[in-house]
Amino acid sequence: MMLFKLSLKNIKKSFKDYAIYFFTLILGVAVFYVFNAIDSQTVMMDVTKSTRSIIDLMINMLSGVSVFVSFILGFLIIYASRFLIKRRNKEFGIYLTLGMSKRKISMILFFETLVIGILSLIVGLGVGTLLSQGMSLLVANMFEADLTKFSFVFSLSACIKTLIYFSIMYILVMLFNTINISKCKLIDLLHASKKAEKVHMKNPAISTLVFLISATLLGYAYYMVTAGINETLEYVDKIFIPIILGIVSTYGIFWSLSGLLLRLVQKTKTIYYKGLNSFTLRQISSKINTTVFSMTIICLMLFVTICVLSSALSIKNSMTANLKTLAPIDIEFYKAVDIPEEYTGKNKNYTKEIIEDSKISTRETLEKLDVDIDTYFKDIVEVEVFATDDVTIEDTLGDYLETVKKNYPYLKLDSAEEFMRVSDYNKVARLYHLEELTLESDEYILLADFDSMVMIRNGALKENTNITLLGKTYHPKYQECQNGFVHISSNHINTGIFIVPDNAVDNSIREESIFLANYKETSKEGKQETEDMIRNLTSHPYFKNTKIEIESKLGLYENSIGLGAMVTFIGLYLGIIFLISSAAILALKELSESSDNKERFRMLRRIGADEKMISKALFRQIAIFFLFPLLLAIIHSVFGIIFCNYILETIGNQKLLESIIMTSVFLVGIYGGYFVITYWCSKNIIRGR
Amino acid sequence: MENILRIDQIEKYYGNKSSLTKAIDNISFEVGKQEFVAIMGASGSGKTTLLNCISTIDKVTSGHIYVAGEDITKLKGNSLNKFRREELGFIFQDFNLLDTLTAYENIALALSIQNIGAKEIDKRIREVADELDIKEVLMKYPYQMSGGQKQRVASARAIITNPKLILADEPTGALDSKSAKMLLERFNYLNEELEATILMVTHDAFTASYATRVIFIKDGKIFNEIRKGKSSRKEFFDKIIDVVTLLGGDLNDAL
Repeated sequence: MMLFKLSLKNIKKSFKDYAIYFFTLILGVAVFYVFNAIDSQTVMMDVTKSTRSIIDLMINMLSGVSVFVSFILGFLIIYASRFLIKRRNKEFGIYLTLGMSKRKISMILFFETLVIGILSLIVGLGVGTLLSQGMSLLVANMFEADLTKFSFVFSLSACIKTLIYFSIMYILVMLFNTINISKCKLIDLLHASKKAEKVHMKNPAISTLVFLISATLLGYAYYMVTAGINETLEYVDKIFIPIILGIVSTYGIFWSLSGLLLRLVQKTKTIYYKGLNSFTLRQISSKINTTVFSMTIICLMLFVTICVLSSALSIKNSMTANLKTLAPIDIEFYKAVDIPEEYTGKNKNYTKEIIEDSKISTRETLEKLDVDIDTYFKDIVEVEVFATDDVTIEDTLGDYLETVKKNYPYLKLDSAEEFMRVSDYNKVARLYHLEELTLESDEYILLADFDSMVMIRNGALKENTNITLLGKTYHPKYQECQNGFVHISSNHINTGIFIVPDNAVDNSIREESIFLANYKETSKEGKQETEDMIRNLTSHPYFKNTKIEIESKLGLYENSIGLGAMVTFIGLYLGIIFLISSAAILALKELSESSDNKERFRMLRRIGADEKMISKALFRQIAIFFLFPLLLAIIHSVFGIIFCNYILETIGNQKLLESIIMTSVFLVGIYGGYFVITYWCSKNIIRGR
Repeated sequence: MENILRIDQIEKYYGNKSSLTKAIDNISFEVGKQEFVAIMGASGSGKTTLLNCISTIDKVTSGHIYVAGEDITKLKGNSLNKFRREELGFIFQDFNLLDTLTAYENIALALSIQNIGAKEIDKRIREVADELDIKEVLMKYPYQMSGGQKQRVASARAIITNPKLILADEPTGALDSKSAKMLLERFNYLNEELEATILMVTHDAFTASYATRVIFIKDGKIFNEIRKGKSSRKEFFDKIIDVVTLLGGDLNDAL
């Protein structure tokens, strides 16, 4: 029991050392709980069945991510506890000289970990429960559910899960501590603090050179992901080049910058020899010099965090916004027609009934499904799509084919191209409020909105590539793809459809029959009723005899809300954990040298520096140490977000500003919180007796 | 002779009523301008406490300390720091140099915290480096210097602000005899040529023999006081040894 008392006293005494550790644990526990408790929050919500299944999928994904997160947190906690032990080497040395056995010291540490673990779990779960009430609002907002009945939710399962995961982590920490203690030598423990610092100044010429090279490489990497993005994306593998360049140059910049910065300020003597500036600058440069690797990792983590958070938050907004233009009507039915007889059989999975059904139009299939078309639908448009194995992507690329083969080795070139009559398309265009097209008898127009395919196809169109369909040759009317689509969807996914003169195709190559319509009902409830009727078609006895596909605006809407929410939550989860990790590592790095700093600040006091000066010097030192990786990460992120924007263009990236503001709130809250605690702890440590 | 330092019946107690330790028990003395005073005493005699009180690092329980006529026991907060950096120069046994800064920057720091311009700093450092013979180590870091060099750099930092009083706490404690001798000769030079007033705490008779006056402290009280007068350093050393023998006890061990 004596040991337990000693442990308690130690915790009380060294609370300021433990503050960062404690803060990290609480945050970790709270975040872990919040994201695992989403489960119980959504139970209360009034959502449709399909939304429910998306939520279930999301919860599964989140618990998968939780395993990954627990690894990160585990490493972080072990790292932090190692730092704490290091700070107390002398204390353990004294215990050993007093004749205490290493086993007993391990016991002391065991009790300490236990007490801190229990405390952090209690506080963390408390904070988590409070935060998760706020999370309910976010969840409800994401799924656009009415939060009419707000109720206080406590998730027992999430609580138990948190307890189990963190217990495992704490047990690991205990194990590591025991191993650490059993390995150390008394002499090292007692003399741990007496280590003269050697100042390794880097050669300024080499520093400058490394800095210039790194900056150039970084500039090139920036160029590759922004202005030069088209060349970068030519080969899939090429995307790794800017990533590797970015990592290497980040390391190079941290390696060289401290020396360089010091030199620069030293040159301006009026600044360098003002107050404690010389001291502060030396402190920072020596700190950065010895932590180049960690700084790089932290900077990159922050970069990923900023990009993930700001992209994830904007995806959901843009997905739903896209729907307005990409799903202008309520419902689309389509199915393959004229499926060849030889497709029946063992391997093809097409039954005789399906083959039979493929001979009739979509409208007729709907009638067989007992859908009363005239009661439910208005603005009906029926069109057909044609395709033949004689005209594949390969055939429509002409001379440009070789370039495509070289640059896009993964592109499937033997899939059949789709064709549509211009009169049919104009019917669709009128319905969708798109521009109608006109064609001469030997012309074709290529319609596409999926960016990378547009890029490929434009290459061929620029060379005026002719296509041959059913023995007749057509040349392109425009030298680039026209923006448009036929199927409703939540994204720009039209990879290309050829609009040809009406007589260019005939029924021998019929491929698809499309039925587009709006619901007659205009009220929200009425639309939902029609929607439910359509969803129930799957239970109709005839349904198994047809390959009819159904795409409804409401369905798309629910899906994209769900997908958006999923991306947002996973992004938030990982982003916050990354943010906590990087800030905690920075804080620990800063505090680990606090005993050295204590000595230095004592000297400053002795030569007459007053408290205000010392506080200012300390503040600047920590602030610059925290800002440095953040600043570079923000510069990275500017280009990173531009790149993300480009990649996500198919999804569309709106309300970016809002997302960036949200990201900054998280950054300021968590990163700033760690900064304040670090400053507060350091100030306590360097304070005189 | 004008007094730089006047100590008026100071006392310093540690502990509480049940177990009271008198570290300083009613000490009074004066140090005149351009004097070089050594305070000698065994471990625990109160000499370091005395120095801490004068240097405002510690506070007296009662009594007054006047530096150039100003009562420093009344100073508080920032005026205390201001007093410390403008009127006092410190030299410590363990040098107290900042290990991340070069010798030049260590010395410059004493001036830059007084908001003195970079040009003036440079000029003064060049001068003081000449006087203390540390020109060749100015660009070196503490870990690249010998103990003697470090202590001379620390001395340079102490005198560069032109303090009224230089306080030295066992300045030769961490030095070998050759470096110690060289440092003490520099002290004499500072004292005689630059008219610096020095108050030095030591338990080493050889170090004390460089002073112009030695005050002996035992159990928190002044035990004896001797002046060098016209005698040579060797004769003064013998006189000090005589008193030390009288004091007896542990001080002998230090010799």
